[in-house]
Amino acid sequence: MAKLNQPKAASERSSRKRGRRHPFATFALIAIGLGLTGGVYAAATAVPAAASAETTASSQADVDAGQKLFQANCATCHGLSAEGTDSAPSLIGVGAAAVDFQVGTGRMPMAMDGPQAQEKTPQFTDKETKQLAAYVASLAPGPSIPASEYTDGKGDAAEGAELFRINCAMCHNVAGAGGALTEGKYAPALKGVTGTHIYEAMVTGPQNMPVFNDQNITPQQKADIITYLDYIQKNPSPGGFALGDLGPVAEGLFLWIFGLGSIVALAVWITAKAN
Amino acid sequence: MAQDDNGGIELAETSSTALEEHGLGDGRIGDPGTAVVLDDAPVNPGFPEHRLRITDRDPKHNRRAERTVYTLFYLSIAGSVWAIAAYLAFPIESGKISDLRLSTMLIGLGMVLALLGIGIGAIHWSKQIMADKEGIDIRHPVRGTDDTRERSIEIFEQANEESGFGRRTLIRNSLIGALVAFPLPAVVLFRGLAPQNEDPVKDLKHTMWKAGMRLTKDPTGLPIKASDVTLGSVFHVIPEGLDDTDDVLDEKAKAAVLLMRLKPEDLHVSKGRENWNYDGIVAYSKICTHVGCPVALYEQQTHHLLCPCHQSQFDITHEARVIFGPASRPLPQLPITVDDEGYLVARSDFHEPVGPSFWERNS
Repeated sequence: MAKLNQPKAASERSSRKRGRRHPFATFALIAIGLGLTGGVYAAATAVPAAASAETTASSQADVDAGQKLFQANCATCHGLSAEGTDSAPSLIGVGAAAVDFQVGTGRMPMAMDGPQAQEKTPQFTDKETKQLAAYVASLAPGPSIPASEYTDGKGDAAEGAELFRINCAMCHNVAGAGGALTEGKYAPALKGVTGTHIYEAMVTGPQNMPVFNDQNITPQQKADIITYLDYIQKNPSPGGFALGDLGPVAEGLFLWIFGLGSIVALAVWITAKAN
Repeated sequence: MAQDDNGGIELAETSSTALEEHGLGDGRIGDPGTAVVLDDAPVNPGFPEHRLRITDRDPKHNRRAERTVYTLFYLSIAGSVWAIAAYLAFPIESGKISDLRLSTMLIGLGMVLALLGIGIGAIHWSKQIMADKEGIDIRHPVRGTDDTRERSIEIFEQANEESGFGRRTLIRNSLIGALVAFPLPAVVLFRGLAPQNEDPVKDLKHTMWKAGMRLTKDPTGLPIKASDVTLGSVFHVIPEGLDDTDDVLDEKAKAAVLLMRLKPEDLHVSKGRENWNYDGIVAYSKICTHVGCPVALYEQQTHHLLCPCHQSQFDITHEARVIFGPASRPLPQLPITVDDEGYLVARSDFHEPVGPSFWERNS
């Protein structure tokens, strides 16, 4: 199809016109457009997956580059030296983990003001995120990006499940499907979130999520929780169709619509006159 | 009494006469003695024109319907056999959840086929093949004949006379007394379900928290240092020694606590509660005062605590006062301090009963 858009050098104007009007031209254009967007999207979304591999090893060069990035992209709200303003909190002491989580999941920079910053395609590359994290970490000590031994899902899933039910399930749903909070805020779904980002969220308490420091939930216990979340994503529900793991409301609605619906349909069929 | 003693066979033919016999066809409504005689009374439209089904008109369709019906019945037999075969062929003894799932699914499919085959086949049979005629069955009059009514009263009177129920009042009243007394043991025995040798009201008003008892983490039971509770943290807390109690779940259901640290200047502490928090660390009962759900959805920036069951919201900065939802009382606060080793301990039990209301709560 690509040939249609590449007329031979010697061809006349009219033949080029014909090429443009060819019935397949529209499809070719759409295919190329979709391919390009998909490629860009795939490249962009691949960034956070790659980010989970290693811990911080930042040089002064990273810190300097991070400072430039910070002053260009973050200082409007967080202040020129991250001291915070009326519209955004101080970032002194939040550590590299907070930056890696907020920027790595695309929550920062915020696209618009709202009840809470939403996950979106990250605006910075993995390298830039690391530089920003290095800069913020250089301001004051704070939680760093976790080592991969705690985030690769090699812990005890059963332990993690109990801890998750006690500490996390009330907001994030027992299967990690997320849930509503007050006034438009919500606990996001945890499916497809990398172990590193889950770990960083527990340590830093982004937005309205409480902090779960290492005295409350030890690094090994955090690894167990990540293992549990990994486990439930890799092992589909043995009961069959899980309806988004949303629990009794979704299941009840399904039964009301399809269970009662089929009973009503049967009743209509039984009482209808035969042709 | 016997207006429908015709087997429903010839009614379709005689329906117009049947209607007239019952006073519905003469343009008058109600009894013959009625004062108002309508001349525009609704006219009985009779039956709609009988429409032949395709199976009545075309023997080919009739045969096809017949085939469908017996095929469905045979399918039902196959379903029953399938269910038995699936039960035998897919054992669940391995204990693996995937085997259980496969077994129940295949047995269920067989049983669905067996039942739906019979049901759909029977309906299809009656709709397509069985005789298709409209008919009327006139209802019985509900009222008995005067003879029947008189005879019933006679029987009652005779029974009363012969048994002496109305005359021998001592026997009658003692029987009524016995019938009233009979269910009483069941009512009294219900008391046995309540805690023995202790006042249930006292049980409801107190938890296992007492002065000096350490706050420990759920589920590990490890004590919590005040310095561990960083700003914005939330800890799910159980009392020290909970696992050694006789009834762990009962005690936990009352004593579960949520521990949070706020900036001390954010707390609005009322008089008499000044030493109930420790440097901004506060502990509140996790049991909702509405109907007792665990309240644990804490938002660390707004300091709101949300109950997931009925959306009651409590403001932790104002001693867990209710700011939304059906709860009528703030969550009870557990007074806390630290011991010599820096671990968080309770100053006392809660100062009011935790959880939802009960009659003897008095507040």
